[in-house]
Amino acid sequence: MRKFWMVPVAVFVAGLLLTETLDNEFYFFAGYVILQGLIMGTAWNILGGFTGYVNFGSAGFFAVGAYISIALNKAYALPLPLLILASGLVCGVIGLGAGYLTLRLKGIYFAISTLAMAIVFETFINNWEYVGGASGAYILTPANSLFFSSYVELLFMVMLIIAIAAVCFARYLAVSRIGQGLTAIRDDELAAECMGVPTLRLKLISATAMGVFMGMAGAPYPFFVTFVDPLSAFSLFIAVNSIAMPLIGGTKVWYGPLIGALILGLTQEITTVTISSELNLLIVGVVLIGFITLAPAGIVGLVQDFNRKRLRAKAGD
Amino acid sequence: MAEQLLDVRNLTKRFGGFVALNGVDLHLDKGERLGLIGPNGSGKTTMINCISGALFNDEGAIDFEGRDITKLRAFERARLGIARSFQIPKPFRSMTVIENLYVPLEYAAWDRIDHSRVTEEAMEILERMGLVDLAHTNSGDLTQIDMRKLELARALAARPDLLISDEAMAGLSNEEVDEILGILFTLNEDGVAVIMIEHIMRAVMRYSERIVVLDAGRKIADGSPDEVVSNPDVERAYLGE
Amino acid sequence: MSGELLINAVVSGLLIGGFYAAVALGLSITFGYLEIVNIAHPTFVIFGSYVTYIINLNFGLDPVISGLVFAPVFFILGMALYRFYYTSFEKAGQESLNGLAFFFGLMFTIEVLLILVYGVDYRLVNAPYIGQTWHLGFVDFPLRLTVPFLIGTTMALGVYFFLSKTFLGRAIKAVSQDRLALQLMGADPIKVKQYALGIAIATASVAGALLIIIGPVEPSVGRLYIGRVFAIVVLGGMGSIGGTLTAALLIGVIESFVATFYGPSWAPAVSFGLLFVTLALRPQGMFGRA
Repeated sequence: MRKFWMVPVAVFVAGLLLTETLDNEFYFFAGYVILQGLIMGTAWNILGGFTGYVNFGSAGFFAVGAYISIALNKAYALPLPLLILASGLVCGVIGLGAGYLTLRLKGIYFAISTLAMAIVFETFINNWEYVGGASGAYILTPANSLFFSSYVELLFMVMLIIAIAAVCFARYLAVSRIGQGLTAIRDDELAAECMGVPTLRLKLISATAMGVFMGMAGAPYPFFVTFVDPLSAFSLFIAVNSIAMPLIGGTKVWYGPLIGALILGLTQEITTVTISSELNLLIVGVVLIGFITLAPAGIVGLVQDFNRKRLRAKAGD
Repeated sequence: MAEQLLDVRNLTKRFGGFVALNGVDLHLDKGERLGLIGPNGSGKTTMINCISGALFNDEGAIDFEGRDITKLRAFERARLGIARSFQIPKPFRSMTVIENLYVPLEYAAWDRIDHSRVTEEAMEILERMGLVDLAHTNSGDLTQIDMRKLELARALAARPDLLISDEAMAGLSNEEVDEILGILFTLNEDGVAVIMIEHIMRAVMRYSERIVVLDAGRKIADGSPDEVVSNPDVERAYLGE
Repeated sequence: MSGELLINAVVSGLLIGGFYAAVALGLSITFGYLEIVNIAHPTFVIFGSYVTYIINLNFGLDPVISGLVFAPVFFILGMALYRFYYTSFEKAGQESLNGLAFFFGLMFTIEVLLILVYGVDYRLVNAPYIGQTWHLGFVDFPLRLTVPFLIGTTMALGVYFFLSKTFLGRAIKAVSQDRLALQLMGADPIKVKQYALGIAIATASVAGALLIIIGPVEPSVGRLYIGRVFAIVVLGGMGSIGGTLTAALLIGVIESFVATFYGPSWAPAVSFGLLFVTLALRPQGMFGRA
């Protein structure tokens, strides 16, 4: 698919056009939230779906990214792109380090250790007075929105760029030699190692990439909500969402999280507006249980099953 | 004078208090066909786990093609040319048959093959193994014997100098055993040294140039098939005192 | 560092450690003998707390009695849960990672349901002994900790003897190691596992009652216990009730120290940090048979 680069460019341009044409700011608020889910889900899926190591501590990376952003902004008033890069860097290093310590463990132990890690980070930030500790921090909306009519539109475009980067990276990973190695690790790690796959190295690459994108997703968050406290930043809802979206779409393909984010994200935004935002919590929990019980391969899996049955039926005629 | 490929000296492996391998020596020349036999629990699988790097030995050294590989991880040994099949086949279940071969081709054999010909190489191997028609079948949907063949095909795709086959014929019918045996013979004709672990005696006797017998973690015999078969220690090990 | 403060910190650490053992018991069984990673176990405990709260509020029943009375109900719940888990995951030979995500989703959903129904206000129970303290010289034994300690350790000992002395108990210990031998002995592995998860969830009923005696409860309290419980089970080694008790007491004391001398906001980091370190350095724990 040599012409693929046209797709992200088209998406970017479409985003710009939206900011010019749509007047109602709500669309950009909702869009930001959906894009955040998309980035988190895509990042999660790199380690979770491609490599087979389930991470329950997504909120940890996200929140650390947000708080690095708060801290650096308070100390040096850095522009947003630098904050994003810094958060991505720090969380990438965390992914690498934590991965080095725990990726040698069996999948179950790894999953539990990710939860432990997230809570340890939450405790540290709860006690970090510089960024407000447990009481939280207020962030002022910058006055400069470049050429956009509001700061939210700027944030929306920023997230769009990060989302495009994340999805393109996931796609590159999936079709590359590294992706083959990750799939082999997911299917049978011992066999993969004996077939020459450097399993630890690839797992670390996976974990680092996941950390980078989750950190980047968290960096603009303080500017979006203007008030951040550890409770909301480390919310389990973020962790559950980042698992549910790839699960709904399909964890084995790079576009699975995309499908899941659109479906779940839109549903959540509609629910918030029509009924209540608390109901979203219940919905995502039930959806997660439902899909993992009935359709663990996600929508993509269901479609593949359907096609396979159709082919088999045809062959039987 | 044949060139030495594998030199294992004083290999010892313990699991807690249990000594699985106790000072075992093993030599293998390039292109040699070695049978590795012994009663259940004698340490055969532990031995090949140590050689392939799935386990690390506690004492002793392993040389491969003249270099010390004792401390190398399994994937590094695979890259140097050691491949193994698993007793219970471990295919990559979300991949098709041919995709299963891409993994060893793109990793273990990467330095030894032409990068632009990965698909062709894979197809060639599938043809030799009689699996061409199943190339795009999901590897989880194969029959027992086809899975065994895929195990060997995958090990082959690693372009090894040494192939260790772990009970590839267990539970197969007579015709199927002959089929696998034929494949292993053609492999060897290409210069690949083979260590065959088997319980099916007629296969071991026909195939091996030399047989090594393990019992309770020690080597009790090392010689030609006729020598080993008439060795009283071997008889005792299998039949008891 | 005053000696009195130190000793009282140790004592209250031991008392609450005994309670932690009661909470970790269920997970020790499921993780150790069934190889099911029921990350939702603490949430079942919280659910037990709410049941105790309702009964106490409407009928004035003593929480401990309530917890024991409802244990059979939770037992049946646990059996049904295993049935569901088996049919959806184990039968197909699914990787236990799917099961793990299932329990993660279950944990989250139960908590959300509790929030939707009861809100985030703290709930508490009334019992004559809450608020009283025994004094032994300068050592304080608050009854709201002592009663859970006594009940909790008794329950742990009870489970220990059940597993080692009764046929069903030994069958439970055997089922993860040798299914075939178990079947040859005439026990149905699936039924055995059902009973095991039933017992595990039943302990959650009692643990939940004890929890709400110790202090007020709200839905997200369960999260704090996830780390504690897993730290205890991993440190103590799966499948070792004695190890679970030991590790629970140890963690109770360490947390008490940290809370007394560094402040209670650091206490969660203790168990989670210990868990992380243990997993990174010695995953089989102190006594484990992993």
